[in-house]
Amino acid sequence: MPQLIRKGIRIDESFAEAFPMTGAGVVITAPTRKWALQAATTMTGYATSVIGCDCEAGIDCELAGRDTPDGRPGVRVLLFGFSPKSVGKALVNRIGQCVLTCPGSAVFSAFDGEEKIKVGDSMRQFGDKWQISKAIDGRRYWRVPVMDGEFLVESQVGLTKKSVGGGNLLIMGEDWASTMRATEAAVEAVHATPDAIAPFPGGVVRSGSKVGSKYKGMGASTNDAYCPTLRGATNSALDADIGCVLEIVIDGLTSEAVSAAMRAGLKAIIALGPKTGAKRVGAGNYGGKLGPFHYHLKDLV
Amino acid sequence: MKPLLFTLKAEPDQRLDLSGLTPDRLVRRTVKEIEEISIGTTRNAVKVGDLFKVKLGEATSVRFDGGSDRFDLLGAKLLPGFEIHVEGDVGAQLGRAAKGGTITVAGDAGAYAASQSAGAHIDIYGHAGDFLGAPLAGEMAGMSGGRVIVRGSVGARCGDRLRRGIIIVEGDAGDDLGSRAIAGTIIVLGEAGERIGYLNKRASIVLSGEYDLGPTYVDCGAHNLGFAKLFAKSLAQESRGASRLLSGRLQRYAGDTAVFGKGEILIPA
Repeated sequence: MPQLIRKGIRIDESFAEAFPMTGAGVVITAPTRKWALQAATTMTGYATSVIGCDCEAGIDCELAGRDTPDGRPGVRVLLFGFSPKSVGKALVNRIGQCVLTCPGSAVFSAFDGEEKIKVGDSMRQFGDKWQISKAIDGRRYWRVPVMDGEFLVESQVGLTKKSVGGGNLLIMGEDWASTMRATEAAVEAVHATPDAIAPFPGGVVRSGSKVGSKYKGMGASTNDAYCPTLRGATNSALDADIGCVLEIVIDGLTSEAVSAAMRAGLKAIIALGPKTGAKRVGAGNYGGKLGPFHYHLKDLV
Repeated sequence: MKPLLFTLKAEPDQRLDLSGLTPDRLVRRTVKEIEEISIGTTRNAVKVGDLFKVKLGEATSVRFDGGSDRFDLLGAKLLPGFEIHVEGDVGAQLGRAAKGGTITVAGDAGAYAASQSAGAHIDIYGHAGDFLGAPLAGEMAGMSGGRVIVRGSVGARCGDRLRRGIIIVEGDAGDDLGSRAIAGTIIVLGEAGERIGYLNKRASIVLSGEYDLGPTYVDCGAHNLGFAKLFAKSLAQESRGASRLLSGRLQRYAGDTAVFGKGEILIPA
């Protein structure tokens, strides 16, 4: 594969292939930062890949009190799925199970979007007819009495169909420790970019997959071309000096957010250099068959 | 941007119906056409030109230089995006059934101000009469949206049958504040009269001091309510007093239990 060299790191002239998704965002607030984060991490648990989970979700950023609607510490959570219907269902289930139950929490829509999902409207009945609706500045909220006071939830949450899922970087290094060092730096940079999340554990995927399997009924299987332990046995994409590959998958509210996040991640990896970090960076694609969004690494460095 | 200007020549000798003089109804009219509009309410016909000097200006806003307590129905059925300013007093039914827009009155307003208003932002810098935001006789619901701020005091039955929206009274309120209120929010910074929240179904009434609320309101304890903080933030620019009142811990009295009992009276704890 043709490559560019940046500060001694080999950048594949390849592209990440991404596809359209539906995205939603909520701001969760609580009396303390700890409980806002608790609600957000619980809500985004087991939300890595839409292939096996109901949605892909992650924390976009933490918000200080002056940036949240009710002046309390907050967390912005983004949630992605294939259709407005599936996103709506996942959002209502997750807020109902993880945020309504979390002490002190309140939920607000993060943006207006083209469509709306009824969130508070479907959760209000938990109030058993004690719930109270309030309209403030053209937005409607539900006050649901709970044991530590009131659960305040916005009646509707905005949703956008312009989201993109599947932006990615393949980070290749000599061993686990050096590859992880580069990956962690890249994840941090991705987290710092607005409107984008990395939904996998800690932002990292180690099981990059290919389409199809030798077993019947398995839709996806391990990406053997990038498995270092199979380097001699399979049609490997890895060079002799690569002993570990980690991937970062990025979902964004817009295509620009995904490309900005990939650019930031790539920059962090290059800044770290090949001695302590990664030796090579690539991107995953399916020859253009997966989706209309292509992010070429050569355009991002 | 200069507003379309109506300068009052003399005190009118009869009550006027000014519902025709909202900016949305005056768009693209000439001075002559405007002067021909009939605004009288008796057999002695009165036209705009008889009482006002008209000066054309920006079509989205109207200004009255000089007011009178005989200016009835000012800003009635006003549409969103338009504004009216009155440098003086107005009569009954200010902003009646207004769908949106902004109305500011530098003086006092008569009875039934903001009656059935559905979305307008109405500021009254003086006092307002009885039945602020209330329905007319025979109507089922009062104000159904928007926001009214009265910097002075209001008369009796403020917020009668209030259905949605927010009423802020920075001065005192008369008797039967929030009577028969269906929902919505009423905030009074001064003192309120007798029978507060009489037959209140689901509205929130926020008061600044202790009152004997009678046996149909039940004490639910002191709380930090999230929605109150949202209101406090949203009202910070428009009414600092209301914002401060809502920022603190509030004692919640549920009622009126003579009806649904799903409303509340909130008082600083």
